[in-house]
Amino acid sequence: MSVTSNCVALPCGCFQRPLRFAFFSAETRHLNRGDRREVPQRALRRAFGPRLLAALISFLAPCILLGPFACQAGAQVTFERLLNSAKEPQNWLTYSGDYAGRRFSPLDQINPGNARTLVAKWVYQTAGTGKLETTPLVVDGVLYATGQDDRAFALDGRTGRPIWLYQRQLPSDIRPCCGRVNRGFAILGDKVVFGTLDAHLIALDAKTGSVIWDVAAADYKLGYSFTAAPLAVKNLIVLGVSGGEYGVRGFIDAYDATTGERKWRFNTVPGPGEPGHDTWEGDSWKVGGAPAWNTGTYDPSTNQLFWPTGNPAPSNRGEGRAGDNLYSNSLLALNADTGKLNWYFQYTKHDEHDWDATQVPVMIDTGSKHLIVQANRNGFFYVIDRANGKLLSANAYGKITWSDGKDAEGRPVANQGAKPTLEGHTVCPGALGVTNWMAPTYDPQTGLFYVTAREQCDIFSTAPQPYEAGHAYYGSAYFPSDKAEPYWGALRAIDPATGQIKWEFRHPSPSWSGALSTAGGVVFTGDAEGNFIALDAQSGKALWHFEMGGEVYASPMAFAVDGKQYVAIAAGSAVYSFGLP
Amino acid sequence: MKNVASGKASPLLGLANWLPAKRSLISTGRWFSTTLLAIMVATTVALAADDHNPLAGDPKAAKAGEYEFRINCALCHGLGARGGGRGPDLTRAQKKHATSDAVMFQIINSGIPGTAMPANGTNGQGVGMTDQEIWELITYIRSVEVKAPAKPIGDATHGKELFYGDANCSLCHMISGKGGRLGPELTSVGGNRTVEAILDSVRNPSRRLAWGLTEPTKEFAQEYETVTVVTVNGKEIKGVILNEDHFSVQMMDTNEQIYLLEKDKLRSFQKSRESMMPKYDAAVLNDKDLGDVVAYLINVGGK
Repeated sequence: MSVTSNCVALPCGCFQRPLRFAFFSAETRHLNRGDRREVPQRALRRAFGPRLLAALISFLAPCILLGPFACQAGAQVTFERLLNSAKEPQNWLTYSGDYAGRRFSPLDQINPGNARTLVAKWVYQTAGTGKLETTPLVVDGVLYATGQDDRAFALDGRTGRPIWLYQRQLPSDIRPCCGRVNRGFAILGDKVVFGTLDAHLIALDAKTGSVIWDVAAADYKLGYSFTAAPLAVKNLIVLGVSGGEYGVRGFIDAYDATTGERKWRFNTVPGPGEPGHDTWEGDSWKVGGAPAWNTGTYDPSTNQLFWPTGNPAPSNRGEGRAGDNLYSNSLLALNADTGKLNWYFQYTKHDEHDWDATQVPVMIDTGSKHLIVQANRNGFFYVIDRANGKLLSANAYGKITWSDGKDAEGRPVANQGAKPTLEGHTVCPGALGVTNWMAPTYDPQTGLFYVTAREQCDIFSTAPQPYEAGHAYYGSAYFPSDKAEPYWGALRAIDPATGQIKWEFRHPSPSWSGALSTAGGVVFTGDAEGNFIALDAQSGKALWHFEMGGEVYASPMAFAVDGKQYVAIAAGSAVYSFGLP
Repeated sequence: MKNVASGKASPLLGLANWLPAKRSLISTGRWFSTTLLAIMVATTVALAADDHNPLAGDPKAAKAGEYEFRINCALCHGLGARGGGRGPDLTRAQKKHATSDAVMFQIINSGIPGTAMPANGTNGQGVGMTDQEIWELITYIRSVEVKAPAKPIGDATHGKELFYGDANCSLCHMISGKGGRLGPELTSVGGNRTVEAILDSVRNPSRRLAWGLTEPTKEFAQEYETVTVVTVNGKEIKGVILNEDHFSVQMMDTNEQIYLLEKDKLRSFQKSRESMMPKYDAAVLNDKDLGDVVAYLINVGGK
């Protein structure tokens, strides 16, 4: 990378204008006709216009002031930068914004005093239809996001103008369970990496969207797919597989970021001879599920990955897979270099309600305590000792009927009355859980954990469906219950110390939006009615909202360009960006 | 299972989304032309090739189809296809849309525009089905159909008189452009609901309302919830909710006046799952007259 582009990537991110377009003008073959006309003209205007001198001076000044180290430090997204993401709050470098999974932005320009003046800055409409679950990454003014049918794009963070577009040519017989979605990229070096619906991992050149490497991780015809955003750690790209609806055997993989070579795999269902194998009846382990379809977190002080896993298959029928069914619905502490298991905690043993534990496990340090907390789909908020995986507390944060007791370790256990039957009966929470994959956030300033809660109860039923390769395998159905109140939802603020709910902001129907906390004291979330909402982090009072015209199935993030804070979120088939006027 | 999407875009948009990728025809820069081509090709192929069910009558296929049904269809159409919160009972309903196996295949694959019936795999409820799985599903539905559906016993001509006259239905319900606006439009209800479901809706109008919206029906958000608000001036307005979010409500009062209100500017806002429709018990509308009204609805809806 040249010296000039190093300087472009300075953390303050304000000197890229003259260079960005010159640099990218050769890459316009990816853009649609409108963009193709636009970019070279602007590039020429910007590069050779009357502002050239001023731009050059402003561009060179920081290199003189900060010295060459600052310029080079901004050149590539190194592991060092990922470790120190808090030092560059203008960027959003990982799915959850930091390795701890907090989804907390240190940016503080938007605060409860001025949030009411927020305005839409730009909207990027994807060419696809259907929902977006992506969390964009932003590095030095460029926003990287993934979309429907494994499309991906890089945008100018200030204007939303596309820089490149990528579209995966998917086979016609892929088996995504729950929409043709993807939750985002990992970035490392000069590559952005994401997993595809046909179970490949693909590294794209961050500047052009060109494919650098493309590796097949599993056979999509058996129901394997990727929807989660990977996590970059050291020189590895770590990613868990989806497919718990098809009787896959789950795994978490790590790939060499340079070559795409697989370095390790952790099978989330132990094979013969491995510890935990005896928690599966007969051959049920072969189609045992336990996918790992969300992004985990990383503790650099112990070099451990914390990765959550999903349901055993079939999800709503326990007959035929007697036992605890390790490591389904568990939190795994893995050595990042080797993928070796250090410890595990299973949230729900022998699950029959599809209580995927794939919610982001968030690392919280309070005084001398090193904790990992998770608001689980099963409706309990778990606090775990990060050193050894011991459960410290589990408190309900939504309506629960599936469990009314705890085992000796304090773990909530299912009551027999909640067991799904052929004709079905009502259980709370409903089939989609009190929460799901949408991201929670932890704000170190308020000390509160914010999570989207869904209040619904459903009738769970089961059926003796045989396994057939590549076919949906959960043999179950669920229905709205006329014995329960109609669905509703809320964003809840939980005090991790007590598990108590400090406040809630109600939604008229359950939301699929995640949440973002910011150092300005504002929490952002979305709703099923299409609103993007700013809330006072202390009180939960609504400060501002904007109707985006599409339901939110994504989690917000924040970044800054030219020293100005933006907040971005996907809604409908578009990505929206907001900022102060 | 992971997550369930709403019935997001209309079924038509869902189709456009599904086709190009399904046929692997997307190439950047030619998206629109390939999409159009894909729609034309896929439609032609599907209509020409799939004119009969290759698995018709196969009991093994019907069993596989039952599992597909539980995963993909039962949420709306009920266990055993006997009708659920939103979808018709497929064992008895007239199936106005699905006149043959080939057409049923198209409907399952592409949805029914303008209704809550989504295209295959687009609403996130269950999984996308392969062609074979759709045929299995159809085999199953055919296997549970009641061969001689109960014919409505009633006098449709008298039912129409009652609908627009003494029974007061048309004060709130519209059929073919004639009638009131406060309650659901009923032109097609007789074509996609069973007699039992219609009878129950008249006798117990609040029952369905109590269920609330389900995930795949969110796009068709009007539930006819009853709402009473008091404005800042002290004016009380009662009616049905047309739409609502945390911040605003759009409602129609009993005079068919539409109000667009910001909730934080209201003195009070009360919702109820008790329908505004009066409960038509036998004292209000006897069984014979009710049968006549239903016969009229079936008559209109079957056309």
